[in-house]
This record gives sequence, structure tokens and C-alpha cells, in this order.
Amino acid sequence: MIATKSIQFSYEGVPAFEIPDIEIKAGEALLVLGKSGSGKTTFLNILGGLLAPEKGEILIDGISLYSLKGQNLDKFRGKNIGIVFQKPHILGPLSVAENIALPHFFSKSSHSDNVDHYLKELGILDKKNARINTLSEGEAQRVSIARALVNEPKIILADEPTASLDDENAKIVVDLLKTQAAKLKAALVIVTHDQRIKNEINQSITLKRKDL
Amino acid sequence: MSMLKLSWKYLLAKPWNTALNILLLALGLSIITVLILIQDQFENKMNKDAAGIDLVIGAKGSPLQLVLSSVYHIDFPTGNIPLDEAKAISRNRLIKNTIPLGLGDNYQGFRIVGTNHDYLDLYGVTFSDGEAWNRAFDVVLGSEVAEKSGFEVGDVFVGSHGIEAASHEHDEHPYKVVGILAPSDNIVDQLILTSIESVWYAHDEEHDHDKMEKGIAKSGFPETEAGEERELTTLLVQYRNPIAAVQLPRLVNSRSSLQAASPSFEISRLFELLGVGISLVQGLALIIVLIAGLGIFIALYNSLKERKYDLAVMRAIGASKEQLFILIILEGILLTFLGALAGLLIGHLFLYILVTMNEQGALSGLRADVFLNQEWWILAYALAVGILASLIPAWNAYRTDIANQLTK
Repeated sequence: MIATKSIQFSYEGVPAFEIPDIEIKAGEALLVLGKSGSGKTTFLNILGGLLAPEKGEILIDGISLYSLKGQNLDKFRGKNIGIVFQKPHILGPLSVAENIALPHFFSKSSHSDNVDHYLKELGILDKKNARINTLSEGEAQRVSIARALVNEPKIILADEPTASLDDENAKIVVDLLKTQAAKLKAALVIVTHDQRIKNEINQSITLKRKDL
Repeated sequence: MSMLKLSWKYLLAKPWNTALNILLLALGLSIITVLILIQDQFENKMNKDAAGIDLVIGAKGSPLQLVLSSVYHIDFPTGNIPLDEAKAISRNRLIKNTIPLGLGDNYQGFRIVGTNHDYLDLYGVTFSDGEAWNRAFDVVLGSEVAEKSGFEVGDVFVGSHGIEAASHEHDEHPYKVVGILAPSDNIVDQLILTSIESVWYAHDEEHDHDKMEKGIAKSGFPETEAGEERELTTLLVQYRNPIAAVQLPRLVNSRSSLQAASPSFEISRLFELLGVGISLVQGLALIIVLIAGLGIFIALYNSLKERKYDLAVMRAIGASKEQLFILIILEGILLTFLGALAGLLIGHLFLYILVTMNEQGALSGLRADVFLNQEWWILAYALAVGILASLIPAWNAYRTDIANQLTK
């Protein structure tokens, strides 16, 4: 479902990251580990079509991600890639349901009737019309997961999704990501240094920076 | 969800900020609206009221005052002129027609104008009830006078001396309403019209009932008995030909006791005088609008700093750069559109209050419920301000660096 070929990326003044080639099939999950500064988030941004690599290629379902430009890349991302950030980053002026429906609007997706379905799947249906500032941290993260799932993407990327959660919520979030990815037959990539997740997912790679 | 709704939600997230910007813009635009409405209608009204009057001849004094008092019935008359002199000048070959006016009385602030039936023809009036006066002390009411006073044909009232309300009353000479005019949207609406004889007899010390029964002049000058010295207030003059415009005023002004004033000349002079004030207020309004635009710019610019993350998230879930650009522009447009609507509304409301508070003043007869084409320009102007103010913030939104922003 997603494969990378010899990706290279470096920030100015910092030695380049060593990024191994990966290939994840539909329904599989991969853990990306590494110390902070090893390029985990950069790698995730590259996979998510948010940051073009200096060299190399990302193939999603056979399509070379960065051969798409401008709006096409944005719409492709919206339709096929669901991203869960470290912090929920839900849009404050909108309600829970409106936040979750937003990817439909931006990518003009056809799945526009599944907001309630995902609210239910993630156990936050009762928060449908709640204001964002009334949500707990765990609930907010579940809203952001629902937002990543609602376009039924082929790839789900999660950047430290459990970092700010307690043990109970961390477990719920990882379980939700795993089961929902499996249901959608999507490839799941979780970037983390959270020890609590390591036992939940078998496949993993570790990123290094040349000087670390 | 739509872009408009999304923009609106973000504006609602900061209700006070939004309201303040809208209000500030509305304030500036409402001033412009009032000015436009007043200027347009005032000029229209002024021109309409003076139509057909080429020259006003009256007593010496300020020519502007003469025009204001005898054409627009705003200011005090400059004094009276002897009937004989008026008659003499009216025989001039340059004059096509004259209408004599006798002013001096009022009923509750509405001026009683003594004249002849030519005055009715000058303004092309139509009667909604009754007919023109045929005897002394018969009066015809303008539509507004009839409405405010509640008088109907057959009613009787007593005029007061002077042209302002609450002066000495001529209680021994009641006027009788014989006709009521249909609304004509000009000065006649606010006048009480009667014969010159009525005005004369109302001021006579002794009561000569035979004279009062004699009938009145429907055109030209009233007849007087030999040796009787009567006065008029002014003569409204129509030129016979264009040469009159050059020769007649000079001719009249050279006569010691008379002066001639051209309504069109005096009014353009008046507008010139008022113009400075109007320009000043206009400038002030433009500055307010400019500040409102600046306020919108600052509000959008600041809110954008807080929203960088929101914008990056939108990009991450499929929004294009162009959509973010439009999102911010729409916020500017929404703000200014609402501001313009509020401004137009406040402007009309303000004029309405102004007019109702000045029923008998210079502003009376102006309407608040008209919509001028220039008001579309106010809307367009406001939207231009909105687009301009949101251009830089929108460009910043367009350039949002997603990856950088999301990893912060």
C-alpha cells in the first residue's frame, strides 16, 4: 500500500537522516522508533505529503506522491492519508461533528454520511455537538482520530499519538488506531518513543541520524 | 460546511472583535450615507422648489435671505416692498410673469402665504379635496399641513403674527379651509396658501367688512382703492428671454428700495459655503472607514498568528493553498459586508430621526426611505476595503508552511 525508495532529507547545518526503505501492505502496521532529533516526525511529514524529500520516491497504491503538485497533492492527501497529530489540534470555532466532517468538505469526498459512524466507533457520539473546549484530552484525541478516519484513507499516519495521554487513554487510542486501520484495510504508521506502544505492534524500524 | 460558513464560524469565535470592527465600519459608512442622502435630496428639493422662478424681487438685504425666505420659506423675509413699485417693475418688457407674495403670518409654525392662483400653477398642484380660494380669508392647505393639523375643508382656524409659532394671534380674523392639496413633494406641502388680500386684511387695524366681501385677485396684483398704500413681501419673476437674466437684476438693484436675487445663483453660493463643511465631514467619514479597514487588517493579521496551526491542520486534511486564501478573504468580505449593511441601515435611521425632529426646518420633506444608486457604491467601496485589508493576511495563510507549523 505504501512504499518508500531511498528517501533523503536533511536540515541545513544538520547531518542527513538515515531513512531505510519501507513497505507496508494493506492492513499492516509499522512502528517508527528513534531518539528525538532522529527525524521521526520529518519522516512522517514526508510520508504524509506535507514535506517533499530531497531525493527518493513515495509510492502510495502505485502513485508517486510527490509527482502530484499543488491542489492535486492536497486533495490526494485529504482523500487517501489520515494524519493523527501528537496534540489533537481540533479547530476551536467548530463543533465536534463539524471538525470531523471537515475533510469531506476540503477533499470533496463522497463518504459524507459516515460522521456518525465514526463518532460511534470511537465512543464519542454523545459529544457530537459539544464545544471543543469542553472535551477531555482523551476525547479530543479520539475526535482527531475520527477526523483522520472519516475519508476512509489508505494510509493512517500517527505522530506520537499517545504522548500526552495517561496509560488508560493511551491504550484506548492505540487499540482504536489498530482496529480501525484493520477495518479499513489501511496501512498504519505510528511514530513514537512511547514504551507503552512497543508491545502492541510487531513490525518496527528505528531511525538514526548519522552523528547520533 | 462551506467556505462562507467556515469563515463565519471563525468570526463568531471572536464576537467582540468582530462586532467592534463591524460597528466602526458601519459608523464611517453611515455618515457617508447620510451625507449622500441629504445632499442628493436637498439639491433635488432646492432645484424643484425653485423651478420656474428666475428671479426674486424684494426688499434690500441679504440676497440669500431673500431667496431662502420667499422661495424655500426657511429664513425671515428681508422686509416689505411698496405695491406701487412692484407693479411698476412688473410692467418691464423683460418680465414674462410675476407672482406677488405676502408673508408674515403662520399657524403653528406653518407659514401662511398670501399670493394668487398663479402660484398654484407654478408648482402644478392638484387638490385632494375642495378648491382654490375665492374670497378673503379662504385658505388652501398643503398636504403636510393638513395631515399635521388634522384640518378638513370647512374647518376654521386663527393665524398668528410672525413666521414662527406662538406669537400674537389674529383672533378676530379666522381663516377658513376651502381646499387641501395632494402631496407634491415640494415646498407647497408645508404652506398655507391664501390671497394677498387675506394677509392685508388680517393686519388692518379696522374691520371693513365690505372690502372683505369684494372678492380677490386670482391673477396679477390685488386691486387697491385710490390713496390706499399697500405692501408686498416679494415678487417671483419669470424672464421673458435670456437677455433678462443679464439686464433685469442690475435694473432692479439700481432702484433704491428694491433688490433682485436669482435663486439658482444664491443656492449654488449656499452649496459652496456648505461645501467646506460637507467636505470636512466626508473626510472624517473616510478616515473612520480607513481606520475600520486597518482594524480589520490588524484583527485578521493577529488572529492568523493564533490560527497558523488551524490552517496547517486544514492543509493536512486536504485544504489547498487557494482555499485558505479564500477563507481569509471571505472573512474580510463578510466583515465589511455586514459593516456596510449596518452602515446603510444606521444612515437611513439617522436621517429618519433627523427629519422627524426637524419637521418644519430646512430638512423637512427629506425622505429616509429612498435608496440611491450611490449606495451601491458604498457597498462596493466597503467590500474593496475588506478585500484590501484581508489581502496580506490571506497571502500569509496561502504560504502556510504545513510541516514546519505542525512540528512546532
